[in-house]
Amino acid sequence: MSALAHAPTGSGQPASPPPAARSGRHRLLPYLLLLPGAAWLFLFFVVPLVQLAAASLYDPSGSLSTGYTLTWAVGNYPTALQAYWPQFGRSFLFAGIALVLALLMGYPLAYAIAQKAGRWKNLLLVCVIAPMFTSFLVRTLAWKTILSDNGWLVGLLRDVHLLGPDGRLLATPIAVVLGLTYNFLPFLVLPLYASLERLDHRLLEAASDLYASPLRTFRRVTLPLSMPGLIAGTLLFFIPATGDYINAELLGTPNEYMIGNVIDSAFLVRLDYPQGAALSFLLMSAILAVVFGYLRRAGTEEVL
Amino acid sequence: MRSAFRPLTRRGLLTGTLGSAALLAAGGSLAGCGTPAAQQTEEGCVSEDLSGTEKTLAFSNWPQYMDVDEDDESKRPSLDEFVSRTGIKVAYSEDVNDNNEFFGKVQNQLAACQSTGRDIMVLTDWMAARMIRLGWLQMLDGTKMPNVAANILPSLRNRPFDVDNQYAVPWQSGLAGLAYNGRVTGEIRTVDELLTRPDLKGKVTALSEMRDTMGLLLMSNGHNPADFTANQFDDALNKLKRAVNSGQIRRFTGNDYAPDLAKGDIAACVGWSGDIIQLGFEDEQIKFVVPDSGVMLWSDNMLVPNQASHKTNAEELINYYYEPAVAAQLAAYVNYICPVQGAQAEMEKIDPELAANPLIFPDEAMLSRSRVFMALDETQEREYEAKFQQVIGA
Repeated sequence: MSALAHAPTGSGQPASPPPAARSGRHRLLPYLLLLPGAAWLFLFFVVPLVQLAAASLYDPSGSLSTGYTLTWAVGNYPTALQAYWPQFGRSFLFAGIALVLALLMGYPLAYAIAQKAGRWKNLLLVCVIAPMFTSFLVRTLAWKTILSDNGWLVGLLRDVHLLGPDGRLLATPIAVVLGLTYNFLPFLVLPLYASLERLDHRLLEAASDLYASPLRTFRRVTLPLSMPGLIAGTLLFFIPATGDYINAELLGTPNEYMIGNVIDSAFLVRLDYPQGAALSFLLMSAILAVVFGYLRRAGTEEVL
Repeated sequence: MRSAFRPLTRRGLLTGTLGSAALLAAGGSLAGCGTPAAQQTEEGCVSEDLSGTEKTLAFSNWPQYMDVDEDDESKRPSLDEFVSRTGIKVAYSEDVNDNNEFFGKVQNQLAACQSTGRDIMVLTDWMAARMIRLGWLQMLDGTKMPNVAANILPSLRNRPFDVDNQYAVPWQSGLAGLAYNGRVTGEIRTVDELLTRPDLKGKVTALSEMRDTMGLLLMSNGHNPADFTANQFDDALNKLKRAVNSGQIRRFTGNDYAPDLAKGDIAACVGWSGDIIQLGFEDEQIKFVVPDSGVMLWSDNMLVPNQASHKTNAEELINYYYEPAVAAQLAAYVNYICPVQGAQAEMEKIDPELAANPLIFPDEAMLSRSRVFMALDETQEREYEAKFQQVIGA
């Protein structure tokens, strides 16, 4: 996916098509070059995916000790959806809210680093990336301390009456959304930074020469030019955030559990493999549908 | 015009890949028809014992579950003593962090009757019960472990899932009961108080381990967790559900409730005695409560999996750890309930204060109020676990 971040902002394809086939060997070359990557994808993505698809159609009355048979039990899907649609909806809701928050913070941040930071640029970039050197789990646990009921943040919010005297942040939807926003923010900022960094100043000057207001310059020049980064960033943020279960597990309560928590428990605790597989596929298709819809609207042949 | 060669585009490639993946998926799922049964039988999966020639033993245990030397953490006095006494080399690894996770790790081998490379693994009651049910464990020879028969606590002798300790011998035991932080709230005596007292609202956690939480709830309704009906389970579960819906219960936890209780983010919880003793050493306001209705007794058990090739060596180690003096040495370090009778007298010599601690050496009154959860068959386990998971939100 990181290749997306470096998608050229200008005209992507070379204007002239490559010369028509000269010899068979030449024609095969691109495919030969693809072979290692394709083999990797086949072994570690397609094969497990096929297995998962098969597992989602196993007879739900099977069990570990008796084994499962493939009976094309498509009924697993509606059953799973019926039992766990609230967690499904919540995943998309939380990831969506987190995405909006991350955009509000991440865009100005990426812009500032790319355009205004001067000699501080590298240092600021390191600041964005540095937290990623510690484990995801540790960072989320750190938020538990920050949001703790007896911590300074909750104390402060209580003092200014934004929270009631018994109010809390930990174990609320707010904490989960904050956790998601924080944990995936760098995935949004870095691609955005990459496309904003190459923003051509002459275009901005031209816009102001033509009496465009700063707002209009942003809307007509900066924003369209940063679109590839923006799209790549939103996808890199939204997809893992939707499937995440650590934030809901550590910062939330059962009432904040997302679909990832359900899938985790289906596979590891309840040992209901058909249901776990069906839920995974439902999640994948829902995300794919959202992503394709989004890309179609955004209309970017260059990114995909 | 020459033959049309279409350049490779990203979209074309993606469409092609997706298309072929879909085809493959259809074809592949036709070919791969389900999974084989994981159930093993004693005749079908025979293990060979090489203990006569190989003086080695691979031992998988939980972290911090073995005594270590105060000056040198790489030395394990009780285990080293076993090695020098018997000449059996022990490869000790702390690779059990979670029952479910560990099950995932060994499941494929054991389902296919292959070696896991481990001779002893330590797992909790319900997981031991599942493995016994699946036929994944070797039956132990009681005559080679006279100390176990002589010294094991009576309440651990005939557990519902393993009569006479044929497959599972407790390594350490513990209680699941209530705990509270005296700095945040007043004393708690009953499960009902935990689930309904208004001043605790949103400051309560319960364990995501179904047998511990549901066992306490069943007892608070006057039922016996070692022998209950589906209706009684549903009643207890409804009681839990009311507490979840009212916002009384904040979340369901594994071991991670401990720091929250110490900080006071949660005021009271369903917790494990070992954790609470540890917290109590640092802050005496954190207290463990054995509710009058009863308390759950669980154990982590030493198990010998199929295809483990050093069963006799394993039995020798199990026997060794049931010597009262060795058990006391271990208990002084790990602070769980010591399953060995006679260790209390030995502990007097090491640390009289620990010897008097009822959460390490429980008295008769406490043991008589403790219960072990019923053995569930696979259908029951799945049904109860699914219902419980639905209430706890996953």
